[in-house]
Amino acid sequence: MSAPPAVGPERCSGHWDFEIELPERRSGTTGAKEAGGVSMRARASSTSMRRLVAPGAGPGPRAASLVWSTTPLAEAVLMGQEPYSRQTAAKHSRLRGATVTEGVCPYCAVGCGQLIYTKGGQLLDIEGHPDHPVSEGTLCPKGANAFQLAVNPHRLTTVRYRAPYADHWETRPLDWALDRLAERVKATRDAEFAAQPEGREDNAVRTIGSLGGATIDNEENYLIKKLLSGGLGILSIENQARI
Amino acid sequence: MPGLGTSLGRGAATNYQQDLANSDCILFMGSNMAEAHPVGFRWAMRAKEAGGTLVHVDPRFTRTSAMCDVHVGIRSGSDIAFLGGLVRYVLEQDRYFREYVVHYTNAATIIAEGYEDSEDLDGLFSGYRGDRRTGRYDPRAGQWGYEAAEGVIPEWAGAGPEYRMFREELGMLGHSLEAGPQMYSRSRVESTGELAGGPASDPSLEHPRCVFQILRRHFARYTPEFVADTCGCSADELVRVAELLCSNSGRERTSMVVYALGWTQHTTGVQVIRTAAILQLLLGNIGRPGGGIMAMRGHSTIQGSTDLATLYDSLPGYLPQPCADESHDTLDSYVRYEGLSTGYWANYRKFIVSLLKAWYGDAATPENDFGFGWIPRIDGDYSQLPYFEAMSKGEVKGYFLFGQNPAGGSPNAGLHRAGLRNLDWLVVVDWFEIESANFWKDDPGTPPPADIRTEVFLLPAAAAPEKEGSLTNTQRLLQWHDKALDPLGDSRSDAWYVYQLGKRLKQLYAGSTDPRDQALLHLTWDYDFDEPPTLPDGSVSRIAGEPDLEQVLMEINGYRVNERDPATGRPRLVGGFGELEEDGSTACGCWIYSGVYPGPGRNRARERRRSHDGIEAEWGWAWPHNRRVLYNRASADPAGNPWSERKKLVWWDASLGRWTGADEPDFDAGTPPGYQPPPGAEGLAAIAGSQPFIMKPDGVAWLFAPGGVKDGPLPVHYEPVESPVENLLHPGQHSSPVLRYLENPLNRLAEPMSPEFPVVATTYRLTEHYLSGPMSRFNSWLNELMPEMFVELSPELAAERGIVPGGWLTVRTPRARIEARALVTRRMRPFRVAGQVVHQIGLPFHWAYAGEVVGDNANDLTALLADPNVSMHEAKAFACQVEAGRREGNRAEPTVRSALTLHHGPAPDTPGAAQPEGRFGHEPGA
Repeated sequence: MSAPPAVGPERCSGHWDFEIELPERRSGTTGAKEAGGVSMRARASSTSMRRLVAPGAGPGPRAASLVWSTTPLAEAVLMGQEPYSRQTAAKHSRLRGATVTEGVCPYCAVGCGQLIYTKGGQLLDIEGHPDHPVSEGTLCPKGANAFQLAVNPHRLTTVRYRAPYADHWETRPLDWALDRLAERVKATRDAEFAAQPEGREDNAVRTIGSLGGATIDNEENYLIKKLLSGGLGILSIENQARI
Repeated sequence: MPGLGTSLGRGAATNYQQDLANSDCILFMGSNMAEAHPVGFRWAMRAKEAGGTLVHVDPRFTRTSAMCDVHVGIRSGSDIAFLGGLVRYVLEQDRYFREYVVHYTNAATIIAEGYEDSEDLDGLFSGYRGDRRTGRYDPRAGQWGYEAAEGVIPEWAGAGPEYRMFREELGMLGHSLEAGPQMYSRSRVESTGELAGGPASDPSLEHPRCVFQILRRHFARYTPEFVADTCGCSADELVRVAELLCSNSGRERTSMVVYALGWTQHTTGVQVIRTAAILQLLLGNIGRPGGGIMAMRGHSTIQGSTDLATLYDSLPGYLPQPCADESHDTLDSYVRYEGLSTGYWANYRKFIVSLLKAWYGDAATPENDFGFGWIPRIDGDYSQLPYFEAMSKGEVKGYFLFGQNPAGGSPNAGLHRAGLRNLDWLVVVDWFEIESANFWKDDPGTPPPADIRTEVFLLPAAAAPEKEGSLTNTQRLLQWHDKALDPLGDSRSDAWYVYQLGKRLKQLYAGSTDPRDQALLHLTWDYDFDEPPTLPDGSVSRIAGEPDLEQVLMEINGYRVNERDPATGRPRLVGGFGELEEDGSTACGCWIYSGVYPGPGRNRARERRRSHDGIEAEWGWAWPHNRRVLYNRASADPAGNPWSERKKLVWWDASLGRWTGADEPDFDAGTPPGYQPPPGAEGLAAIAGSQPFIMKPDGVAWLFAPGGVKDGPLPVHYEPVESPVENLLHPGQHSSPVLRYLENPLNRLAEPMSPEFPVVATTYRLTEHYLSGPMSRFNSWLNELMPEMFVELSPELAAERGIVPGGWLTVRTPRARIEARALVTRRMRPFRVAGQVVHQIGLPFHWAYAGEVVGDNANDLTALLADPNVSMHEAKAFACQVEAGRREGNRAEPTVRSALTLHHGPAPDTPGAAQPEGRFGHEPGA
C-alpha cells in the first residue's frame, strides 16, 4: 500500500464546494513531517473538522458525482488508519485525473506560465504554473480569467456573415465562407491590377490590407506575412506594434 | 523600435524581467508596471526587498507609485525635459562612468564640422527643410556624420534595426504620411563606403566637436530650474532622482530603467527612449546585470509580431521591405544599399537569400535573384494610420483583422470606424462579436445599416488553449504552448484560416501566366501534418486541415536545402544564424530566430527546465541565440574582466581563450579583448575586442545618432502638439518640426495653448481590463471587478468645474466628446508649469460599445498625429476640456447579457489520463 499523500501544510482544498481543515494545525503538533505523513490518525480525537458549503451548493448533481475511488487516502480510510468517512476521503479536486498542458498567458507580454487542465475534451481549469521562472505560479486578475476567456457563452462558434446593407447576421458554413472570401480576395486583387497603367507588372496590391498579430502566435504572424506579402503582394500589413 | 535600435543596435528590451531583482535602483517612467504588468513587478519588489531603491516618475500617483520609495509627478509630455535634466546632472557633476563611456560609446567620436545643434538654431538641427511643423531632415546636408580620420564621411546610417531610416530624406520607411514615390536620395555605398582610416576620435573627450562635448552643450540648459518649470515638479525632486541614479551606478552597482507606452505614445516617443539610452550609457548601465532598459510591452507577442514582421515596411528579422526605387531593383543593389560592410549586418545577403529560399523554395534560384522581384515594393506609407485615413475616403477595398480591434482601440477610433464603413469587404477573426465586427449596427454614432455597404465575414477564432504556437514575451523569450483541446464548434486557429485561404487562392490562380501571380504560385505552402495530430490525452484531433506549426517554426529556424536529416527524412535544420549561406543552400524564415529549432524534436521554445541560476537558459529560448542580456560584453571592462565581482556576468577567460560566464556572450566568443581590426576588415572582424555593440557598424553605442532617427541626432524637448503651455526651451519651436499629421475633417487639432482646451489628458491601462476590451469586456469576472468607464481628476479641477465624486462629467476634444463617471482623487494634482496652473486628467481606454459592459471610449478623443520615425500616435498627452454633466446623443447598450455564472457540465468522470491534481509532472502515488 502506498503511503497517504503529503497534504498541504494547513488545509486541504477539496472539491470546490467543500473545504476541510486538516487536524495537525489545530492539534498544535509539528504536523505531517514529524508524523511521517500520517499525522491525522494519531490526532483523531482532537480534530475539529469544518465543512464549508458554498452558497447555492447543496445536495444536487455535484453530490451525486461523489464516487468512491481508490486514492491513497481512501485506502488509508479502508484500513482504519484515517478518521474520515468514506465520503470525505473520496472527495478530491476536480482536477484529479485531468490532463495537464503547459500554456502561456494570452494577455500582456510578461509571458506568465499557465497550466491548462482538460478532461474528456473539456477545459476544466487554467492555473498559474508554479515552476515558471517569471511568474512563479502567480497570475494577475486577467491571467486568472484565462479560463473564462475560453469557456464563455459569448464566444462565436459559427461563421457570421453580414451581406452589404443588411441589418442582421447570417450563419454560414466554414467552407462557404472560405470559398467566398478567396473569391473576394482574387476579384479585388485582379481588379486593381486591371486598373493599373499598361506595363506595370509589379506584384503590389494597395487596396487590400491586414491588421493584427500581436495577440496571436508567432507562427501565425509568419504565415500572414508570407501569404499576404510574399504571395499576394499586399502592402499594408500591420499590427499593434509601432515603436 | 528605433529608439533602442538606433542607440544600441537592436530594438528590444536589453535585459530580462527577473533581472530587475539584481538592480540597485529602478527608474519607472512611462510605465505603471504594478498595474499593467503586475506579475513582472514582483521582480522589482525583490529588488526593493534586497535594499534597492524604486523611483516612479509619472503624472499620476498609481499602484506603482505606492510601491516605490520616491514618486515625482511630472506633466504628461515633458519626459525629455526631465530625462535631459538627469543627463545634464550626470555630465555637469562628473558622475558619468568614464571608462565605459570612452570605450563603449561614441562619446569620443568627432562629428563633421558642418553640424549645427538645435541649441544654435532655436530648436532645429542643421539639414532641416520645411515649415517648422511637418518638414524633414536631410542628415547629409546637415552634416550629422562622423568625421573620418582621413576625409569626411557624410553620414553613417546603420542598417537593420535602423532600417526605418537610412532614407530619412525620403520619409521613406519611416512612413512619411504624405510620401509619394520619391524615395531615395543616395545609395549606401555612397554613405558608408569611404571610411578612410575610420572615424576620427579623441579619447580625452576634449575636442570641441567630439560627441561628448556636443552632448554637454546640448543639454546645458536642462537645469533643475528649467526642468521644474517645464515638468511641474520641483528642482529638488530632479536632483534627488539624479543623485539616486548616480550613486547606484558604476562598477559595483547598476540601475535599470523601465518604460512602457507612457513613453512611446508621443510625437517624440523615439527620442524619449533615446534620452534614456543616453542616460544609461553615461552611467555605464547597458549590458550589465540589473541594468539596461526594460521595455515593457503590452501584448503577448508584440515583440514576436515585430520580429516576424506583420509590418508593412519590414521583412522578418528586421530586413527592410524593398521599395519601388532603383536602389532596390535587384538583389545586388538591395544588399548593397541596405547591408553594411562592418558589424554583424555584413551578413545581410545571407539573411535575405535564406528568407527568399524559405518563401519560394526551388523556384528561388541565383538566375532569378532568388525571386527577389516577387516581393512587393512599397511606394509610400502603408502603416495603419494613413491607411485608415485613406480607407475612410473609400480608397481601400478589402481588409483583414486578426485579433485587433481598431473600431475601439485605435487613436481617433471614430475615424477608424469611418474607414470600416467604407470597405467593400472585411474579415474579422476573433473570439467575440467585437466593435470592429458589429460597427454597422451597434455603434451609437453610426448611420443606419442600410447605408453601410461593407460585407463582413466574422470568423470564430480558437481560444489560446485550443491551438499551439509560440509567443515572444517582453524579454525576447519565445515560449511554445501546446494545444490542450480542440477549438469550440466551427472556430479555428488564425493559422488554419490563413493556411486554408492560401490553399484556395493557389487553386484559384493555378495555371496563371501573369508575372504578378507567380509569387503566389511558387510560394512554399505545405505544412500538413505527417500523421493526424493528437491532443495531449492521446485522442485524435477532429480538426481537418490544421497546419503543423512546428514545421512552420522549423522553417523560421532555417534548414539546409540540399541535405537530409537521416532521422527524419526532412531537410537538415541549422543550429543558428551563423550557419546561413548566401548561395541559396540554406533557407531561413527569420534569421534572428535561427537556433530556436536546432535539431529534430528540439523545439527550444518548448523547453521547460529550471536551472535556478537566474538566467534560466533552458526555459524557453530568447533571441538572439538564447542571449538573455544584450550587449553583455559590456559587463566586463575593456580588458575583459568583470567591472566588479558583484556585477559580473560575462568575461574573458584567458585560459580557455574565450568569453564565458552565466549568460551566452552577445559577442564573438573567441575574439580576445585586445583584438584590433586590421585596416579594411569587414563584418565582425572589423569590430575590436573591446567594442560590445556588434550590431553597430563602429561597434559602440550611439550617444549621438548620425543616422537612424528622423527627428534629429539628439533628443530635444518639444511640447506635445496639443499642449496648453509654451515651449520654454525653444519658444520659436513649439512641437516637433518633423511630426506627421493627417489632414482630415474627422481629425481636427486643438491649437497649441488654446484656451478652449486647457486641460492635459492622458490615457492608460487598468489591471482588470485589456486594451479596448475584446479580451475583457465579454468576461463577467473582470467586469465585476471594474465595471464602468471613469475619469481621474484632482479635487481642485473638480471644484473648479462643479464636478462631484461619482457624478458624470464630459470630456471634449476637437474630435469627439465622451462622458464618464468622475473619480475625484488626490492621486491627481495640478501642476505649476511656466508660472501657470495646469490641470491633468487620466482616462482608462478599455470601454466601447460591444460586450457585457459598455461605455464611451477614450480613444475617440485622440488624434491621428504621429511620430516621424514609426507613426506612433500621441495618446499620452493631448488637450481637452472637462465639464460637469453628461453629453448629448445616443448611448451604447450592452450587446450581450452578463453571464455571471458559467454553465458547464460536471467534470467528466474519465480515467485518469495524466497527473493527479496539483503539480505538473507529479507521478501518481509518488
